[in-house]
Amino acid sequence: MFTRPTVALAALLMLGAAPLAQAADKPTDPQIAHIAYTAGTIDIEAAKLAIEKSKTKEVVDFANDMVRDHETVNKQALDLVKKLNVTPEDNATSQALAKAAAEERGKLAKLDGAAFDKAYVENEVAYHKQVNGALETLLIPSASNAELKSLLETGLKIFQGHQQHAEHVAGSLK
Amino acid sequence: MTALTRPALAALALALTASPAPAETITVTIDKLVFSPASVTARVGDTIEWVNKDAFAHTATVKGGWEVIIPPKSTGKTTLKEAGAVDYFCRFHPNMRGRVAVSP
Repeated sequence: MFTRPTVALAALLMLGAAPLAQAADKPTDPQIAHIAYTAGTIDIEAAKLAIEKSKTKEVVDFANDMVRDHETVNKQALDLVKKLNVTPEDNATSQALAKAAAEERGKLAKLDGAAFDKAYVENEVAYHKQVNGALETLLIPSASNAELKSLLETGLKIFQGHQQHAEHVAGSLK
Repeated sequence: MTALTRPALAALALALTASPAPAETITVTIDKLVFSPASVTARVGDTIEWVNKDAFAHTATVKGGWEVIIPPKSTGKTTLKEAGAVDYFCRFHPNMRGRVAVSP
């Protein structure tokens, strides 16, 4: 029990998941739900910025896919916490994620055209990679409720798909 | 294939072969981002129907070939027109992969 969070933390550090690495303690289910929901909201906000700013069909299509999938996952998460009578609990990891995302959005908002497309899509690759690392090494192993764990596992498959999709779009922009 | 041509083709198939295989519908289920069965065999003229149990939209896309959009909690289908084995994937989640081996 003592070594597991340490191993998870080390894995996160190796993956370069800086904001999530602050979660030194094993998160509780209400915290995990909050982190997962926050991570989804961040990607929806980034996608909405891309839909507004980008003029590249492939980028806008990708962003629309992100809004649709992440809204679906977040709705499932809300339905589940309601069913389980769990109140998502704000925590240092959620706050660190939100802070990093606000900084990234600030950077993206200043870019236009091809520079925006490139920065948005590259950030999508990096962001999904980071969230997937956190899901695999920390959030899924820490979840105690079986339904929450199952939802996170489906979320991981969705986000791994998004990462590949983003890599494909990044390749097409070069 | 339209409703009009199918009987005509069926009649032609009957004329050409003594024991024609009737066109079949092969079902592939999508559940939690997995095509199941991942690999199916079929004949030209058969229909593949994907039953999507997920709340997410998926596609069955062959690079440079056909694409079927499969809405959430819904189905999508295609009738196979060419023989050969094709790999397909979901364009929205490229980690989802499947294969159809089509014999003449």
